[in-house]
Amino acid sequence: MIEIKNLTKKYGKHTALSDVTVSFNQSEITAIVGPNGSGKTTLIKSILGLIGFNSGSIVISDHELNGNPIYRKNIGYMPQIPSYPENLTLNDLMRMLKDLRGENTFVDDELYHNLEISKYYKIPIKNLSGGTKQKINAILAFMFNPSVLILDEPTASLDPISCSIIKSKILRQHSSRKSIILTSHNMSDIEELASKIVFLLEGRVCFNGFISELKRISNEDNLERAVAAVMKGNRT
Amino acid sequence: MNLTYKIAKYQAKDVLRSRWLIGFTFFLGVITSGLFYFTADTEKVIVSLINIVFTIVPLIGAIFGALYYYNSKEYIIFLLAQPLQRKQIFFGLYFGIVFPLSLSLVFGLGLTVILFIAKGSLIYLVSLTVLIALGAVLLSVFIGISLFLSILNDDKAKGLGFTLLVWLFFSFVYDGIVLLLLTAFSDYPLESFSIILSMLNPIDLARIIVMLNMDISVLMGYTGAVFQKFFGSMLGIGFSTTALFVWIIIPLLLTKHFFIKKDF
Repeated sequence: MIEIKNLTKKYGKHTALSDVTVSFNQSEITAIVGPNGSGKTTLIKSILGLIGFNSGSIVISDHELNGNPIYRKNIGYMPQIPSYPENLTLNDLMRMLKDLRGENTFVDDELYHNLEISKYYKIPIKNLSGGTKQKINAILAFMFNPSVLILDEPTASLDPISCSIIKSKILRQHSSRKSIILTSHNMSDIEELASKIVFLLEGRVCFNGFISELKRISNEDNLERAVAAVMKGNRT
Repeated sequence: MNLTYKIAKYQAKDVLRSRWLIGFTFFLGVITSGLFYFTADTEKVIVSLINIVFTIVPLIGAIFGALYYYNSKEYIIFLLAQPLQRKQIFFGLYFGIVFPLSLSLVFGLGLTVILFIAKGSLIYLVSLTVLIALGAVLLSVFIGISLFLSILNDDKAKGLGFTLLVWLFFSFVYDGIVLLLLTAFSDYPLESFSIILSMLNPIDLARIIVMLNMDISVLMGYTGAVFQKFFGSMLGIGFSTTALFVWIIIPLLLTKHFFIKKDF
């Protein structure tokens, strides 16, 4: 459960987010969409505490964001560009995360087995392909069974098989009372995974609701066209 | 503290396996053994090593610190998304770079010297230890400075450029300025003035400590001579060592401050 109220973030004179109020509920998968530079990344970074904000508030599972990092125990983050220390191995990374989080008991290793990654377990990251790094990215995000998942382009640069494994993993999380936020440029992925959509345009929320609702008000059957129609309507 | 150590541990693991670090260690080993092939006089070798350590080691620290920061930016963001405090991540990052580089000094320089002087005297071991320790301190200073400049500049070329300028300034330009000032104002008593000047350059400080320690008065230069006259060896060493630690701590605390406030 994430509640964002009146969030405003400025970079110098440029306003990246202006008065954004949205909430991401449990058992819901929400997609954040919008053209490049619309503030998607800024919104995600604010939730993760990577950037400060000028005004507004963010509350994540009853923790108000105030610099205390403890709330991030509940967050699994899958960054868009996977980059890890190049001489470490997946083995090192998994051990490190367990070490840092102090959680040695239970880890979710379903993706680890399903993605068949054990043969890369002891190979330095620098020798792995982009797709394999993306798989590692996914494994690490899901590892601690977090109640909030933030997935930035989770299916980019993956082969169709791994893609479907990760998608079905995301859909299964859905039933376990988690809030899931994802971004993607692939509208069919969004349609398949998400039920709600937050549409950002120039730092403002221009649509926030169910995908079916968006389709209804724009009179379009196809999500891509519906998004385009809302965008056009907003500009004129 | 515990988490800082853990972050530093995995970081150091990465740096220790990096080709650059292995190359640097090897390079130090080759230079040191090269010097021993030219002359059998250990004292001369150590004096040459002083010049190398005080020029190249800060440079390596500066470049390595800046490059490592820029190359690890996504990884830092990944760490920031974990339940960790920013200051833990920052100090983990810092020690994770300082420790492996210092280790490479111990192996590349220390082991090679010990290999060559094993037959004879051990009186040089003290000088050698002091030299390596000062090398490690200079690494800490310059890694701190390079992280400071890199965190303030998102542009890699700018950050690396400023870092190199700082190194160039302290290694070469500064001496020139000091000399110029001392000749220009040679009619006045300059002792305390020149002490202040040498405090403002970490490389100068390190040089003075080594000179006072080894008692090579010929090589001491003006500031060194003033130091010895003013404080005597022991007090001079204590004084300049303290000043050097201030040089580690102040950039580090400043950088921590900016790291905690930074938008990633």
